[in-house]
Amino acid sequence: MPEYQWPAAEQRTLIGKRISRVDSPEKVSGQAKYTYDVKRPGMLFGMMVRSPYANCKVVSVDTSAAEKMPGVKAIHVVQAPGTQVHWQGDEVVAVAAVDERTAEDAVRAIKVQYQQMPHLVSDAEPPAGSAEEQGPLSEDDIGDMLDNQVPARQMVEQIEKYGLTFKPTEDMLNDAKGNGATDDILQALRSATVHEGTPAKPKSFYQKAAAVTQGDPDQAFSQAATVSEGLYGIPVITHCCLESHGSTSEWPADDKLFVHISTQNVSGIPAQMAEPLKIPASNIRVHQDHVGGGFGSKFSPDRWGIVTAELSKKAGGKPVRLMLERDTELKVAGARPSAYARVKVGAAKDGTVVAWQSQSWGTGGPGGGGMPPIPYVFNIPNQRKEHTAIRNNIGPARAWRAPNHPQAAVLTMCAMEDLAAKMNMDPLEFFQKNLGITGPRAKTYGEELTIAADLMGWKQKWHPRPQNATGVVRGVGLSLHTWGGRGHNSDCDLTIQPDGSVQIKMGSQDLGTGTRTCIMIVAADTLGIPLESVNLLIGDTMYPPSGGSGGSTTIGGVSSSTRRAAVDARDALFAKVAPALNAQPTDLECVNGTVRVKGDTSKSLTWKQACAKLGAMPLTVRGKNPDRTKPPDLTNSGVGGVQMAEAEVDTETGMVRVTKMVAVQDCGLIIDLKTAESQCLGALIMGISYALFEEKVMDPTTGRMLNSDMEFYRLAGLSDIPELVVRMMTGKGYDERGVIGLGEPPVISPGAAISNAVANAIGVRVPFLPLTPDRVLKALEQKAGA
Amino acid sequence: MPNDDAKKPDELSGVSRREFLKISSISVAVPLVAGPQMVMAAGEEVPVYGPGKVPIELTINGKKAKLEVEPRVTLLDALRDSLDITGAKRVCDRGECGACTVMIDNKTVYACSMLAIEAQGKQITTVESLMQGGKLHPIQQAFVDHDASQCGFCTPGFVVSCKAFLDKHPHPSPDDIRRGLSGNLCRCGTYAGIREVIAQAARRGA
Repeated sequence: MPEYQWPAAEQRTLIGKRISRVDSPEKVSGQAKYTYDVKRPGMLFGMMVRSPYANCKVVSVDTSAAEKMPGVKAIHVVQAPGTQVHWQGDEVVAVAAVDERTAEDAVRAIKVQYQQMPHLVSDAEPPAGSAEEQGPLSEDDIGDMLDNQVPARQMVEQIEKYGLTFKPTEDMLNDAKGNGATDDILQALRSATVHEGTPAKPKSFYQKAAAVTQGDPDQAFSQAATVSEGLYGIPVITHCCLESHGSTSEWPADDKLFVHISTQNVSGIPAQMAEPLKIPASNIRVHQDHVGGGFGSKFSPDRWGIVTAELSKKAGGKPVRLMLERDTELKVAGARPSAYARVKVGAAKDGTVVAWQSQSWGTGGPGGGGMPPIPYVFNIPNQRKEHTAIRNNIGPARAWRAPNHPQAAVLTMCAMEDLAAKMNMDPLEFFQKNLGITGPRAKTYGEELTIAADLMGWKQKWHPRPQNATGVVRGVGLSLHTWGGRGHNSDCDLTIQPDGSVQIKMGSQDLGTGTRTCIMIVAADTLGIPLESVNLLIGDTMYPPSGGSGGSTTIGGVSSSTRRAAVDARDALFAKVAPALNAQPTDLECVNGTVRVKGDTSKSLTWKQACAKLGAMPLTVRGKNPDRTKPPDLTNSGVGGVQMAEAEVDTETGMVRVTKMVAVQDCGLIIDLKTAESQCLGALIMGISYALFEEKVMDPTTGRMLNSDMEFYRLAGLSDIPELVVRMMTGKGYDERGVIGLGEPPVISPGAAISNAVANAIGVRVPFLPLTPDRVLKALEQKAGA
Repeated sequence: MPNDDAKKPDELSGVSRREFLKISSISVAVPLVAGPQMVMAAGEEVPVYGPGKVPIELTINGKKAKLEVEPRVTLLDALRDSLDITGAKRVCDRGECGACTVMIDNKTVYACSMLAIEAQGKQITTVESLMQGGKLHPIQQAFVDHDASQCGFCTPGFVVSCKAFLDKHPHPSPDDIRRGLSGNLCRCGTYAGIREVIAQAARRGA
């Protein structure tokens, strides 16, 4: 078994350089085909009748009028009478018709009666004493959790912690499996403690989700020189992928399904569709060339994806496309859980943080949700934490870039900054002072803070909080963040043909992060051939399986397996070529389109000549990453990043403008510096967007989302974007750690850094994001009245 | 705007509401798939289409295309679903995000907010026309150079907007850029690159 490593810095020809992404020409010319653009022969258009209510029971469904309409080819009842619906916009009946307008007419002709039930869409602070301990889980509870897409890990935890009110039968387990239960969940159900005869507790909206004590917080607070108390929060926001969720399904044969789907998880889709459709996963082919955004919300085929297959089956196998309309996309296809907290934090006289206390709450929709990892980055020695999960009817939560970390950053970094302000300390010095409790990335944070301060001009810009802010004022703020990002399993086949052409097949996907480009860079750098001569095929289940693109695992995964495949293929080629060059295989290198003897350039073959030595048959090797239980070699885990923001606030109108942002980030060895910088720039921009504008606004009376369009669900525009400075940490101390993911880390800190900049500008904390004019004015008023 | 307020809404549109209702009632009587019927409205001859599919002719990137669509079909859906011209994307479908931007007679238009039947007799230019002979337009090349696309779903709309903007403002100020490109939205956060695109293209006088 050869040992794999990355080439030394001086030998890298493409790795770590600024290289333009390979699929840009397709995208800028409008030729790139997304799932939404795929038009299959004879394709029908799918559309849904959706629940207008946030909590209701389906009483009756009458599809008779729609069935008689010309052009309507299939109708499928998704939630039959008797089913309870937990959020507005949930799927009730699906139709497929010859064109979209006919489908729309059919949807209007379907009559559904609902029985409305009381709903909760608020995530305001739970009334004191309202949070209940969860009792043993009933069969309904498990069904609800599966329906509501509660993450597997969370389900397993709850099953283990609370037990069940019933003994699961094999039939029940099969049903659960068909309903999306993973093997982990099934195992937990099998081995759960059973409290038979225990009545299921009537469910409260409020559930005690965590209560943790570490050290001796009471004593630490009593001895602290300064204690700061504050209220902080970050609301539910949506993913708002520009390409909405959706798919096109067709049955080329009775038991064979072909799916085009907008996904972050090409290889993982068949296993999720097989059970509900009752066909083998290996009979399902999934294809996707490009995806118009995912951000954590596109790992599952979703109920509407299964429905396209059901509709297609009813329509004789014809392709059925169903892409969500924009309002539905914002209502049902992804929401980041909210998090709010009353935080008390204390420090010794020298600025060392000694104690943390938090009562936090938040909602992830019907599933509730867990406590963000607070206090974030800083492992404060004495802590007391309680978290209440609100189970409400705003729609299901989904992973949103760096799940739970942006929330944790706001709750922690804002409380820390308030404490520094109360101690009249510069927060930069305060953070530096406390780096000792940040764990293994302390040295990285230290280096990054110095660089970031220099790039921001922190020393010139920071000032103590003003007593009275009038007119237009400016301030600066900072935040730290961390993430894992070890590469996932990602198999690939690399083939070298006797004519010298090179092809890689991998069942991965490129979310617009530059995955294609990076795979090609690694292969070309390793084989010493030009980037363009690598023929890369991704986005299909016909290729070796590659993990879903989530949790910043893709770059580490695809670059590692590609490097392994390329090294093995290169060595196999060397073995064939060595006799012709009168050398040992280990003496050979491939550089600049040649295969030659190291240190003797006279003994050299062109790449083409060398590959001709393969004979008649191509050479194919499988690149496969080591089991995750083994220590990683080409990839790694754990990054640190620092961000600083400068903001300008008009104290008369409450308008906030970000005027400059700095991101300093490490991610181990960088494959493509250009796309890495773009990840950080994009994350800063997305961060400005959620810090200033984004919030899923719900109407408490009707239970409906009030801003399910792109006018009132505001994304930042070009005019909202200030000077952005990105500095990647590379070179010694960073490169040798291997490749680490970058999708999540830089999007974690912007909210906290911008909130801190606004507090520094106006002299008072605006408790909740987004920092809208009304909230800024309210904070200023309260300060004036205090 | 006191003058506008003083006007009755009916006078602003050129077609009075009463006359519009008359047109609607006439249109119901028109048979399926037929050429437009002409009626007198506000002293002018106005074509009435539909309600079924009607044959129309569109001029897209200099080429004529004949198709049959219901009058309620937008230009965007006609391009994408009837003609398989998919560079313009459907994102918000109500004139908020700019992903479907095309040019009509050299003005940028949200293709989701215009009916296909309205676009007849006009020059429709889509992103697909910019690349000539396999070579990217300088603005497209600038998008590549400055990595101004990530997922790329907003990119075609932005490319068309940038082209139209630079045609009008060859030497834009930062303020011009902020205002001129405020009609397009991106989710991945490519605005920094797009600003560089404009700067590069402006320097080259594209």
